Amino acid sequence: MLSKILINFPLIAVVLIAMMGLSAMVFKRNIVKILMGVTILESAVNLFLVATGYREGGIAPIFTNAPSTHMVLPTVQALTLTSIVIGVATSAMMLSFAMIIYKKYGTVDVRKIRKLKG
Amino acid sequence: MRTAFISAILLILLGGFIYLASDLSFGNPAVTDMDDYFIRHGQEQCGANNIVTTVVFDYRGFDTLGEATVLFTAVLGVGIMFRKLRKGEEYEND
Amino acid sequence: MKMTKIVRSTADIFYPFCLIFGFYVVAHGHLTPGGGFQGGAVIATGAALLIVARAYEDISQRIRKNALKLCESIGLFMFLAAGLSGLFLGHPFFANWLAQAGSIFGQPVAWGPNPGDLNTAGLLPLMNIAVGIEVLGGLSIILLYMISGVKEKE
Repeated sequence: MLSKILINFPLIAVVLIAMMGLSAMVFKRNIVKILMGVTILESAVNLFLVATGYREGGIAPIFTNAPSTHMVLPTVQALTLTSIVIGVATSAMMLSFAMIIYKKYGTVDVRKIRKLKG
Repeated sequence: MRTAFISAILLILLGGFIYLASDLSFGNPAVTDMDDYFIRHGQEQCGANNIVTTVVFDYRGFDTLGEATVLFTAVLGVGIMFRKLRKGEEYEND
Repeated sequence: MKMTKIVRSTADIFYPFCLIFGFYVVAHGHLTPGGGFQGGAVIATGAALLIVARAYEDISQRIRKNALKLCESIGLFMFLAAGLSGLFLGHPFFANWLAQAGSIFGQPVAWGPNPGDLNTAGLLPLMNIAVGIEVLGGLSIILLYMISGVKEKE
Protein backbone atom coordinates (compact mmCIF):
# COMPACT_ATOMS: atom_id res chain seq x y z
CA MET A 1 0.00 0.00 0.00
CA LEU A 2 2.80 2.41 0.88
CA SER A 3 4.74 1.60 -2.29
CA LYS A 4 1.63 2.27 -4.38
CA ILE A 5 1.25 5.68 -2.70
CA LEU A 6 4.92 6.53 -3.38
CA ILE A 7 4.66 5.63 -7.08
CA ASN A 8 1.50 7.71 -7.66
CA PHE A 9 2.72 10.67 -5.61
CA PRO A 10 1.53 13.47 -7.94
CA LEU A 11 -2.04 12.11 -7.81
CA ILE A 12 -1.93 11.96 -3.98
CA ALA A 13 -0.73 15.60 -4.02
CA VAL A 14 -3.77 16.48 -6.17
CA VAL A 15 -6.09 14.96 -3.55
CA LEU A 16 -4.37 16.84 -0.70
CA ILE A 17 -4.52 20.22 -2.48
CA ALA A 18 -8.19 19.70 -3.43
CA MET A 19 -9.09 18.87 0.15
CA MET A 20 -7.28 21.98 1.39
CA GLY A 21 -9.24 24.16 -1.04
CA LEU A 22 -12.52 22.50 -0.09
CA SER A 23 -11.94 22.97 3.64
CA ALA A 24 -11.05 26.65 3.05
CA MET A 25 -14.39 27.09 1.27
CA VAL A 26 -16.35 25.46 4.09
CA PHE A 27 -14.74 26.77 7.25
CA LYS A 28 -13.89 30.42 6.57
CA ARG A 29 -16.14 33.46 7.03
CA ASN A 30 -14.32 36.18 5.08
CA ILE A 31 -15.55 36.30 1.50
CA VAL A 32 -12.06 36.84 0.05
CA LYS A 33 -10.78 33.69 1.79
CA ILE A 34 -13.65 31.67 0.34
CA LEU A 35 -12.72 32.90 -3.15
CA MET A 36 -9.10 31.87 -2.52
CA GLY A 37 -10.39 28.37 -1.75
CA VAL A 38 -12.11 28.24 -5.15
CA THR A 39 -8.83 29.22 -6.85
CA ILE A 40 -6.89 26.53 -4.96
CA LEU A 41 -9.42 23.91 -6.09
CA GLU A 42 -8.99 25.01 -9.72
CA SER A 43 -5.20 24.65 -9.38
CA ALA A 44 -5.63 21.09 -8.12
CA VAL A 45 -7.74 20.18 -11.16
CA ASN A 46 -5.14 21.64 -13.56
CA LEU A 47 -2.40 19.61 -11.87
CA PHE A 48 -4.47 16.45 -12.24
CA LEU A 49 -4.95 17.08 -15.96
CA VAL A 50 -1.22 17.51 -16.60
CA ALA A 51 -0.29 14.48 -14.45
CA THR A 52 -2.60 12.25 -16.48
CA GLY A 53 -0.56 12.66 -19.64
CA TYR A 54 2.83 11.52 -18.38
CA ARG A 55 4.83 8.76 -20.04
CA GLU A 56 7.76 7.15 -18.24
CA GLY A 57 11.07 8.73 -19.38
CA GLY A 58 9.44 11.11 -21.85
CA ILE A 59 10.53 14.64 -22.71
CA ALA A 60 8.46 17.72 -23.61
CA PRO A 61 6.69 17.45 -27.03
CA ILE A 62 8.90 20.00 -28.82
CA PHE A 63 11.17 19.11 -31.72
CA THR A 64 13.58 22.09 -31.48
CA ASN A 65 16.96 20.60 -30.46
CA ALA A 66 15.25 17.59 -28.90
CA PRO A 67 17.56 14.87 -27.48
CA SER A 68 15.15 12.02 -28.28
CA THR A 69 11.68 11.41 -29.73
CA HIS A 70 10.00 9.65 -26.78
CA MET A 71 7.49 12.33 -25.75
CA VAL A 72 4.68 12.85 -23.27
CA LEU A 73 1.09 13.33 -24.46
CA PRO A 74 0.46 16.83 -25.90
CA THR A 75 -3.35 16.91 -26.00
CA VAL A 76 -3.79 17.17 -22.23
CA GLN A 77 -1.52 20.21 -22.04
CA ALA A 78 -3.75 22.02 -24.53
CA LEU A 79 -6.82 21.36 -22.35
CA THR A 80 -4.96 22.65 -19.28
CA LEU A 81 -4.16 25.92 -21.11
CA THR A 82 -7.86 26.54 -21.73
CA SER A 83 -8.69 25.67 -18.13
CA ILE A 84 -6.17 28.15 -16.73
CA VAL A 85 -7.55 31.01 -18.84
CA ILE A 86 -11.11 30.23 -17.75
CA GLY A 87 -9.91 30.23 -14.13
CA VAL A 88 -8.48 33.73 -14.61
CA ALA A 89 -11.79 34.96 -16.05
CA THR A 90 -13.78 33.45 -13.16
CA SER A 91 -11.47 34.94 -10.50
CA ALA A 92 -11.70 38.40 -12.06
CA MET A 93 -15.51 38.36 -12.01
CA MET A 94 -15.70 36.99 -8.44
CA LEU A 95 -13.30 39.58 -7.06
CA SER A 96 -15.26 42.40 -8.74
CA PHE A 97 -18.41 41.07 -7.07
CA ALA A 98 -16.62 41.06 -3.70
CA MET A 99 -15.57 44.72 -4.13
CA ILE A 100 -19.11 45.82 -5.00
CA ILE A 101 -20.55 43.85 -2.05
CA TYR A 102 -18.14 45.58 0.33
CA LYS A 103 -19.08 48.97 -1.10
CA LYS A 104 -22.79 48.30 -0.51
CA TYR A 105 -22.83 46.43 2.82
CA GLY A 106 -19.75 47.79 4.59
CA THR A 107 -18.63 44.35 5.82
CA VAL A 108 -17.12 41.16 4.37
CA ASP A 109 -18.57 38.68 6.84
CA VAL A 110 -20.76 36.22 4.96
CA ARG A 111 -23.08 35.70 7.89
CA LYS A 112 -24.18 39.35 7.72
CA ILE A 113 -24.69 39.58 3.94
CA ARG A 114 -28.10 37.96 3.84
CA LYS A 115 -30.52 40.56 2.48
CA LEU A 116 -32.01 39.16 -0.72
CA LYS A 117 -34.59 41.67 -1.86
CA GLY A 118 -37.49 40.27 -3.82
CA MET B 1 -20.57 20.41 17.15
CA ARG B 2 -21.32 21.35 13.58
CA THR B 3 -17.65 21.81 12.71
CA ALA B 4 -16.82 18.37 14.15
CA PHE B 5 -19.51 16.80 11.95
CA ILE B 6 -18.25 18.54 8.78
CA SER B 7 -14.60 17.69 9.52
CA ALA B 8 -15.53 14.04 9.98
CA ILE B 9 -17.18 14.02 6.53
CA LEU B 10 -14.11 15.71 4.97
CA LEU B 11 -11.74 13.19 6.58
CA ILE B 12 -13.79 10.26 5.26
CA LEU B 13 -13.71 11.85 1.78
CA LEU B 14 -9.92 12.29 2.05
CA GLY B 15 -9.40 8.65 2.95
CA GLY B 16 -11.66 7.48 0.12
CA PHE B 17 -9.93 9.63 -2.49
CA ILE B 18 -6.44 8.52 -1.42
CA TYR B 19 -7.54 4.89 -1.66
CA LEU B 20 -8.92 5.50 -5.18
CA ALA B 21 -5.93 7.56 -6.37
CA SER B 22 -3.41 4.90 -5.43
CA ASP B 23 -4.99 2.46 -7.88
CA LEU B 24 -4.53 4.59 -11.00
CA SER B 25 -1.68 3.84 -13.39
CA PHE B 26 0.62 6.84 -13.46
CA GLY B 27 3.35 6.74 -16.11
CA ASN B 28 1.78 4.54 -18.77
CA PRO B 29 -1.56 5.84 -20.04
CA ALA B 30 -3.96 3.27 -21.43
CA VAL B 31 -4.96 4.71 -24.83
CA THR B 32 -2.46 6.84 -26.79
CA ASP B 33 -3.49 6.43 -30.44
CA MET B 34 -4.58 10.03 -31.05
CA ASP B 35 -1.47 11.53 -29.45
CA ASP B 36 0.85 9.22 -31.41
CA TYR B 37 -0.83 10.43 -34.61
CA PHE B 38 -0.30 14.06 -33.56
CA ILE B 39 3.39 13.50 -32.77
CA ARG B 40 4.05 11.60 -35.99
CA HIS B 41 2.19 13.88 -38.43
CA GLY B 42 2.26 17.27 -36.68
CA GLN B 43 5.43 18.50 -38.35
CA GLU B 44 4.52 17.53 -41.93
CA GLN B 45 0.94 18.81 -41.82
CA CYS B 46 1.41 22.05 -39.89
CA GLY B 47 5.14 22.76 -40.20
CA ALA B 48 5.70 23.75 -36.55
CA ASN B 49 8.17 22.28 -34.06
CA ASN B 50 5.94 22.78 -31.03
CA ILE B 51 3.32 20.02 -31.00
CA VAL B 52 1.28 21.62 -28.19
CA THR B 53 0.85 24.80 -30.29
CA THR B 54 -0.32 22.77 -33.28
CA VAL B 55 -2.88 21.02 -31.10
CA VAL B 56 -4.10 24.31 -29.58
CA PHE B 57 -4.26 26.37 -32.79
CA ASP B 58 -4.57 23.88 -35.64
CA TYR B 59 -6.13 20.57 -34.66
CA ARG B 60 -8.36 22.11 -31.94
CA GLY B 61 -8.56 25.73 -33.12
CA PHE B 62 -12.31 25.97 -32.53
CA ASP B 63 -11.84 25.49 -28.78
CA THR B 64 -9.34 28.37 -28.77
CA LEU B 65 -11.93 30.59 -30.47
CA GLY B 66 -14.36 29.79 -27.64
CA GLU B 67 -11.71 30.50 -25.03
CA ALA B 68 -10.91 33.93 -26.54
CA THR B 69 -14.64 34.71 -26.41
CA VAL B 70 -14.78 33.71 -22.71
CA LEU B 71 -11.91 36.10 -21.91
CA PHE B 72 -13.66 38.88 -23.85
CA THR B 73 -16.90 38.28 -21.92
CA ALA B 74 -15.09 38.42 -18.58
CA VAL B 75 -13.59 41.81 -19.45
CA LEU B 76 -17.07 42.95 -20.52
CA GLY B 77 -18.50 41.89 -17.14
CA VAL B 78 -15.79 43.69 -15.14
CA GLY B 79 -16.33 46.81 -17.23
CA ILE B 80 -20.05 46.79 -16.47
CA MET B 81 -19.41 46.45 -12.73
CA PHE B 82 -17.23 49.56 -12.52
CA ARG B 83 -19.03 51.96 -14.79
CA LYS B 84 -19.32 55.67 -14.03
CA LEU B 85 -22.81 56.62 -12.91
CA ARG B 86 -24.46 59.47 -14.80
CA LYS B 87 -25.76 62.67 -13.20
CA GLY B 88 -28.58 62.02 -10.79
CA GLU B 89 -28.22 58.21 -10.90
CA GLU B 90 -27.58 56.22 -7.72
CA TYR B 91 -27.30 52.59 -6.83
CA GLU B 92 -30.80 51.27 -6.05
CA ASN B 93 -31.55 51.77 -2.36
CA ASP B 94 -34.29 50.26 -0.24
CA MET C 1 -0.68 56.20 -2.80
CA LYS C 2 2.63 56.20 -4.64
CA MET C 3 5.82 54.44 -3.73
CA THR C 4 9.27 55.91 -2.97
CA LYS C 5 11.64 57.17 -5.64
CA ILE C 6 13.80 54.01 -5.60
CA VAL C 7 10.82 51.79 -6.41
CA ARG C 8 9.58 54.10 -9.16
CA SER C 9 12.99 54.28 -10.85
CA THR C 10 13.49 50.51 -10.70
CA ALA C 11 10.06 49.90 -12.22
CA ASP C 12 10.85 52.35 -15.03
CA ILE C 13 14.11 50.54 -15.80
CA PHE C 14 12.52 47.08 -15.69
CA TYR C 15 9.46 47.84 -17.82
CA PRO C 16 11.04 47.67 -21.35
CA PHE C 17 12.69 44.33 -20.61
CA CYS C 18 9.30 42.91 -19.61
CA LEU C 19 7.79 44.08 -22.89
CA ILE C 20 10.60 42.69 -25.04
CA PHE C 21 10.55 39.33 -23.30
CA GLY C 22 6.76 39.12 -23.69
CA PHE C 23 6.90 39.83 -27.42
CA TYR C 24 9.69 37.26 -27.80
CA VAL C 25 7.56 34.57 -26.16
CA VAL C 26 4.60 35.46 -28.42
CA ALA C 27 6.59 35.54 -31.68
CA HIS C 28 8.45 32.23 -31.12
CA GLY C 29 5.32 30.32 -30.13
CA HIS C 30 5.73 27.66 -32.80
CA LEU C 31 9.37 26.82 -31.93
CA THR C 32 9.79 27.05 -28.14
CA PRO C 33 7.36 26.66 -25.23
CA GLY C 34 5.01 29.64 -25.14
CA GLY C 35 2.51 31.12 -27.52
CA GLY C 36 -0.21 33.74 -27.49
CA PHE C 37 -1.72 33.35 -24.03
CA GLN C 38 1.55 33.01 -22.13
CA GLY C 39 3.23 35.98 -23.84
CA GLY C 40 0.18 38.20 -23.39
CA ALA C 41 0.21 37.50 -19.66
CA VAL C 42 3.91 38.48 -19.44
CA ILE C 43 3.23 41.80 -21.20
CA ALA C 44 0.29 42.54 -18.86
CA THR C 45 2.68 41.91 -15.95
CA GLY C 46 4.81 44.81 -17.22
CA ALA C 47 1.78 47.09 -17.16
CA ALA C 48 0.91 45.84 -13.66
CA LEU C 49 4.42 46.78 -12.49
CA LEU C 50 3.86 50.40 -13.52
CA ILE C 51 0.40 50.54 -11.94
CA VAL C 52 1.68 49.26 -8.59
CA ALA C 53 4.63 51.69 -8.45
CA ARG C 54 2.57 54.82 -9.10
CA ALA C 55 -0.73 56.33 -8.00
CA TYR C 56 -3.72 55.78 -10.26
CA GLU C 57 -4.12 59.42 -11.31
CA ASP C 58 -0.56 59.56 -12.73
CA ILE C 59 -0.75 56.29 -14.63
CA SER C 60 -4.16 56.88 -16.20
CA GLN C 61 -2.64 59.62 -18.36
CA ARG C 62 -0.01 57.23 -19.76
CA ILE C 63 -1.82 53.91 -20.16
CA ARG C 64 -5.22 54.91 -21.49
CA LYS C 65 -8.29 52.74 -21.32
CA ASN C 66 -9.42 53.49 -24.88
CA ALA C 67 -6.15 52.28 -26.42
CA LEU C 68 -6.32 49.00 -24.50
CA LYS C 69 -9.97 48.46 -25.43
CA LEU C 70 -8.98 48.98 -29.08
CA CYS C 71 -6.13 46.46 -28.69
CA GLU C 72 -8.44 43.83 -27.31
CA SER C 73 -11.10 44.22 -30.01
CA ILE C 74 -8.52 44.25 -32.82
CA GLY C 75 -6.93 41.07 -31.43
CA LEU C 76 -10.18 39.09 -31.47
CA PHE C 77 -11.06 40.45 -34.93
CA MET C 78 -7.66 39.43 -36.35
CA PHE C 79 -8.07 35.92 -34.92
CA LEU C 80 -11.49 35.54 -36.57
CA ALA C 81 -10.21 36.95 -39.87
CA ALA C 82 -7.33 34.46 -39.88
CA GLY C 83 -9.79 31.64 -39.36
CA LEU C 84 -12.21 32.83 -42.05
CA SER C 85 -9.50 33.51 -44.63
CA GLY C 86 -9.39 29.84 -45.59
CA LEU C 87 -13.06 29.86 -46.57
CA PHE C 88 -12.53 32.28 -49.47
CA LEU C 89 -9.89 30.02 -51.03
CA GLY C 90 -11.64 26.69 -51.03
CA HIS C 91 -10.32 25.24 -47.75
CA PRO C 92 -12.34 24.38 -44.61
CA PHE C 93 -12.85 26.74 -41.68
CA PHE C 94 -9.59 27.26 -39.67
CA ALA C 95 -7.51 25.35 -42.22
CA ASN C 96 -3.75 26.01 -42.21
CA TRP C 97 -3.47 26.91 -45.89
CA LEU C 98 -0.08 28.66 -45.64
CA ALA C 99 1.88 25.72 -44.20
CA GLN C 100 4.49 23.96 -46.45
CA ALA C 101 3.31 26.08 -49.41
CA GLY C 102 6.28 28.40 -49.84
CA SER C 103 4.82 31.89 -49.89
CA ILE C 104 4.89 33.81 -46.54
CA PHE C 105 5.46 31.47 -43.61
CA GLY C 106 5.69 28.33 -45.63
CA GLN C 107 9.12 26.73 -45.44
CA PRO C 108 8.87 22.92 -45.48
CA VAL C 109 9.97 21.05 -42.33
CA ALA C 110 11.25 17.47 -42.26
CA TRP C 111 10.43 15.05 -39.45
CA GLY C 112 12.78 14.83 -36.50
CA PRO C 113 14.70 17.16 -34.21
CA ASN C 114 16.09 20.29 -35.87
CA PRO C 115 17.20 23.78 -34.80
CA GLY C 116 14.07 25.80 -35.43
CA ASP C 117 13.44 28.17 -38.35
CA LEU C 118 11.25 31.23 -37.86
CA ASN C 119 9.86 31.14 -41.39
CA THR C 120 7.75 28.00 -40.88
CA ALA C 121 4.29 26.99 -39.63
CA GLY C 122 1.90 28.86 -41.88
CA LEU C 123 -1.02 30.59 -40.20
CA LEU C 124 0.18 29.80 -36.65
CA PRO C 125 2.44 32.86 -35.97
CA LEU C 126 -0.34 35.22 -37.15
CA MET C 127 -2.84 33.58 -34.80
CA ASN C 128 -0.28 33.75 -31.97
CA ILE C 129 0.20 37.50 -32.48
CA ALA C 130 -3.57 38.09 -32.61
CA VAL C 131 -4.20 36.21 -29.37
CA GLY C 132 -1.21 37.93 -27.70
CA ILE C 133 -2.61 41.38 -28.51
CA GLU C 134 -6.03 40.35 -27.20
CA VAL C 135 -4.75 38.93 -23.92
CA LEU C 136 -2.54 41.93 -23.15
CA GLY C 137 -5.44 44.28 -23.72
CA GLY C 138 -7.87 42.17 -21.70
CA LEU C 139 -5.74 41.63 -18.60
CA SER C 140 -4.54 45.27 -18.45
CA ILE C 141 -8.12 46.56 -18.76
CA ILE C 142 -9.23 44.31 -15.89
CA LEU C 143 -6.42 45.72 -13.70
CA LEU C 144 -7.21 49.35 -14.57
CA TYR C 145 -10.93 48.97 -13.91
CA MET C 146 -10.37 47.30 -10.54
CA ILE C 147 -7.87 49.95 -9.39
CA SER C 148 -10.22 52.76 -10.43
CA GLY C 149 -12.98 51.28 -8.26
CA VAL C 150 -11.03 51.64 -5.01
CA LYS C 151 -12.15 54.72 -3.10
CA GLU C 152 -9.42 56.58 -1.23
CA LYS C 153 -10.08 57.40 2.43
CA GLU C 154 -10.41 61.16 2.90
